Amino acid sequence: MSQHARHCDHAAQTEARDDAALRFRDLTLGYGDHAAVHHLDGTIARGALMAIVGANGSGKSTLLKAVAGVLRPMSGRIERSSGLRVAYLAQQSEIDRSFPARVLDLVSLGLWPKRGLLGRFRGEDRIAIATALSAVGLEGFSDRPIDSLSGGQLQRALFARVLLQDADVILLDEPFNAIDAKTVRDLVSLIHRWHGERRTVVAVMHDLALVRETFPETLLLARRAVAWGETAKSLSAENLLKARNFAEAFDDSAPWCEPQRA
Amino acid sequence: MYDLLITPFVDYVFLQRALAGCVLLCISSGPVGVFLMLRRMSLTGDALAHGILPGAAVAFLFFGLELAPMTIGGLAAGLLLAMLAGAVSRLTLQKEDASLAAFYLISLSAGVLIVSMHGSNVDLMHILFGSVLALNDQALTLIAGIFVVSTVGLALFWRGLVAECLDPLFFRSVSRLGTPIHFAFLFMVVLNLVGGFQALGTLLSVGLMMLPAASARFWVNRVGPMCALAILFGIVSSVAGLLLSYHAALPSGPAIILFCGGIYVLSILASPRGLAVTYGRRTRPHRAT
Ligand SMILES: Nc1ncnc2c1ncn2[C@@H]1O[C@H](COP(=O)(O)OP(=O)(O)OP(=O)(O)O)[C@@H](O)[C@H]1O
Ligand SMILES: [Mg+2]
Repeated sequence: MSQHARHCDHAAQTEARDDAALRFRDLTLGYGDHAAVHHLDGTIARGALMAIVGANGSGKSTLLKAVAGVLRPMSGRIERSSGLRVAYLAQQSEIDRSFPARVLDLVSLGLWPKRGLLGRFRGEDRIAIATALSAVGLEGFSDRPIDSLSGGQLQRALFARVLLQDADVILLDEPFNAIDAKTVRDLVSLIHRWHGERRTVVAVMHDLALVRETFPETLLLARRAVAWGETAKSLSAENLLKARNFAEAFDDSAPWCEPQRA
Repeated sequence: MYDLLITPFVDYVFLQRALAGCVLLCISSGPVGVFLMLRRMSLTGDALAHGILPGAAVAFLFFGLELAPMTIGGLAAGLLLAMLAGAVSRLTLQKEDASLAAFYLISLSAGVLIVSMHGSNVDLMHILFGSVLALNDQALTLIAGIFVVSTVGLALFWRGLVAECLDPLFFRSVSRLGTPIHFAFLFMVVLNLVGGFQALGTLLSVGLMMLPAASARFWVNRVGPMCALAILFGIVSSVAGLLLSYHAALPSGPAIILFCGGIYVLSILASPRGLAVTYGRRTRPHRAT
């Protein structure tokens, strides 16, 4: 696909503007004065289904946080097409499970983009919540306290929240961590459904077999893009080796503007 | 019975005022206490209550026991402390609660020293423990104003507060309101403490905020009912405390807070999520085998 070739070559990025959901321009991300992701350039097309793969600490979560808007770039920028709605499911969600809330309360947070601080919930919202809960297989769970859910059930509830957000771009950070096979299958089919609806889905994944099977496009990350494009090419043995060498060779205390192409 | 429970409130205007002030305070500070507890900020409430003291004390130094200056002084000091603690935790590695503990100890000792420089021990007692039975029109108006601002504020920010407590990272991804709501909430905490300060003094005002909230947590599992129950517990304690102080000629503030504490202990022991049931549940299977 020529679309994928474009991602690696930022010189040829001027055309097809409206086709891009997100564009990274010399994006450097980090915490304090330590960079975690260096000089990222590239485009995520509208309707893309993309995996981000990389070792622990390679900057995957950092990148998603920046796209979700909860982390400010150290330098460079992220361009979004205007009016883009983003839904973000964090890796270690900071959900306070002892908080006295029901599944319904948690899931209905997904209505925030629509109703905001003061908008009343309407009849249609209640229907939307019920539909989302049944789409993730949690019918009848709406009044359960959240501290009574299993890990997999909680993840299903969080997917229902993403459903309600009705977003153009959906960011999932290791959504299948510690989730059983049946739940993974159910949630993957949701991801396919989103893809079918032309939503852009970006997921951080560790299961390479599942990535090859599900995601047409992959970004291989090792604090910088090792490869970005068609999954089969990105995850070639050569690239995986390269990523591992980067991960091992990278000196944590290096200045954050090391040469872009090593 | 009627004579014991109702007559005092019918016969004495000062008791009616005290009751009105306490009820308003319970309604406005109970839900604030619930959110403080749910956000694991109970100590913040305590620290802010003490932080009010030096502000009120400085005002006392210049104006004597006057409502308006002491209120403004307390408000200013409380808000300053809230900002300071937030800033210190953001700029250094110190956790917010540790820096708050430090600040409130400093505030408390500074406040007590300032009052003693100028006033008598009676003044000090008044500032530390308030005087519910001496609420005048001015003080009641202040409490009513705080009641209005605080309940309206809470109703407006309710959904944001819940979202921020429940899943802060998610909330940050959908809204920029997190920080403004946090500070608006701290402002409401300080407001309620300043209101309670008139009646219960700096040391006890936080009790009417936190104890009913902590008790309510044992009985119900939803935020709304929890707030309602906290209000109810507060009002019951206020009535009981005022009656006890009237009949036994005891200081009213401590009497009210002691009843709040009684309800708390009772909740620990007898509630569905308290010791009795938890302990019973845990031991029963062992006995069966
Ligand atoms: N809140 C933080 N403050 C400081 N440094 C951080 C923070 N979060 C992550 N880092 C650092 O940034 C780098 C990238 O972290 P990130 O969480 O993006 O990794 P990741 O690729 O998601 O790893 P994993 O597979 O373990 O989730 C790491 O070196 C990590 O130590
Ligand atoms: Mg991660």
